[in-house]
Amino acid sequence: MNDKNVKAGDVSAQDVIIEHDQDTKGQKYNEYVKKMTPKHSWFLNMLKAFLIGGIICTIGQGFNNLYKHWGATEDLAASYTTLSLVFLAVLLTGLNIYPKLAKFGGAGTVVPITGFANSVAAPAVEFKKEGHVFGIGCKIFTIAGPVILYGIFSSWILGIIYYILMEFGVV
Amino acid sequence: MSEQNMTNNKIAGKQSILFENPPLILSGSSIAGKKEGEGPLGSFFDEIEEDPMAGGKTWEDAESRLMKRAAEKAIEKAGLTNQDIRFLIGGDLLGQLIATSFGIVSLEIPMFGVYGACSTMGESMALGAILVDGGYADKVIAITSSHFAGAEKQFRFPLGYGNQRPLSATWTVTGSGAVVIGKNESKDKNKHKKKEKNVVIKGITVGKIVDYGLKDSMNMGACMAPAAYTTISQNLKDINQLPLYYDKIITGDLGSVGKDILIDLLKEDGFDISSNFMDCGMEIFDQDSQDTHAGGSGCGCSAITLTGYILDKMRRGEWNRVLFVPTGSLQSTVSFNEGNSIPGIAHGIILETC
Repeated sequence: MNDKNVKAGDVSAQDVIIEHDQDTKGQKYNEYVKKMTPKHSWFLNMLKAFLIGGIICTIGQGFNNLYKHWGATEDLAASYTTLSLVFLAVLLTGLNIYPKLAKFGGAGTVVPITGFANSVAAPAVEFKKEGHVFGIGCKIFTIAGPVILYGIFSSWILGIIYYILMEFGVV
Repeated sequence: MSEQNMTNNKIAGKQSILFENPPLILSGSSIAGKKEGEGPLGSFFDEIEEDPMAGGKTWEDAESRLMKRAAEKAIEKAGLTNQDIRFLIGGDLLGQLIATSFGIVSLEIPMFGVYGACSTMGESMALGAILVDGGYADKVIAITSSHFAGAEKQFRFPLGYGNQRPLSATWTVTGSGAVVIGKNESKDKNKHKKKEKNVVIKGITVGKIVDYGLKDSMNMGACMAPAAYTTISQNLKDINQLPLYYDKIITGDLGSVGKDILIDLLKEDGFDISSNFMDCGMEIFDQDSQDTHAGGSGCGCSAITLTGYILDKMRRGEWNRVLFVPTGSLQSTVSFNEGNSIPGIAHGIILETC
């Protein structure tokens, strides 16, 4: 009873119940619940993410090659590729196929740009009923908002660091 | 018996009430969604609504429509009209109880709005029974509802957003259940003419808010298990009985994770409920084929399991005494984002056949 630090794996229901200190009881219950809760197999999840993420990237590469084959420059082909993937993801979100893909592929569908597109399209569909201003307008970035904010913020910081390094002639 | 005595007799132990004239459940209705209709209990429900919007324009509207139908069905099954019902006690999961307010507006029944998260059916039935046994009403209706998409939208993500749910997550039931509770006047008149047994609310145990400091909203079974444990344990102590006094002890939506925890916790108090325990959330869906993970949840989960399945079992005499314990987790998106843990509550309803 005197050790405040709860060790993982050896907490029983009895330990939780007889504990009277609220904080320690909370810690103990958290450890106990961790022991009682089944988890997805991370290895299997990783394999699935690798497979689905890989397929999405391969499709992207396919688009890229195609646009270059049609005469686009490297930069232009990259932009068209992004556009195409975003379009596909939004379309699949509207058809309710993307969530099923994400359920299987996990991070494999979240990390590529298609995941970002899905996170914008899904609130747009859901909140349309609350109007074009307060619904779609206010809530379209409820999921993607943090990514945009902190994405821009971190690029700004990196820009400043880059500028300083340039001034000192490092880069 | 003096009036003073009568009042005292209803109080049992610390948190329980045993009614003097246990109110009768006159009827129960269950309106279920499509997925619930495809589940193991599908054949028990009164109506199955295939359209996720239930003919409405939004998820919230859909839930209101389910609730209205549940209320009308229960009143109809009791052979009554809206005017016969003195009070309605109801609530749901949506902010400011909009599913209830918009659903029942046209019924024109005086109402009490209650919030107990997924334990709402227990809370509204308890209050309804108190009103009836107290003599403040002869007939009341207790009602609740939930909708998968409405709950996802309010508490988690828009439906179209792709993500993975952990194995401990539960699936909000789309459905609405209502019971009409009335004075038990049918003592001798029904005995020889009806084969079905009557079900009365013999007593209640009002739950405390219990918080063991868990913050995982994707593991609500574990958040609510301590509340269910406290209520069940207190119920048995208050009425001085052991678990086998009940044919079934039925929780609302603990799911597979919460179930194991509850049985574990109660063992520490010397109560073994492993042989007569059931959880509505684990009955309403088939975990393997319906991909619901730990089980069903939501106000509708315990409500339609009660009105569809449990009452049916009791009327047929397969179970004669049941402790019905709907469980609720009381977080909001604000409290969750502000880093608070998830408190739980559970109310016990003692059901008995006669």
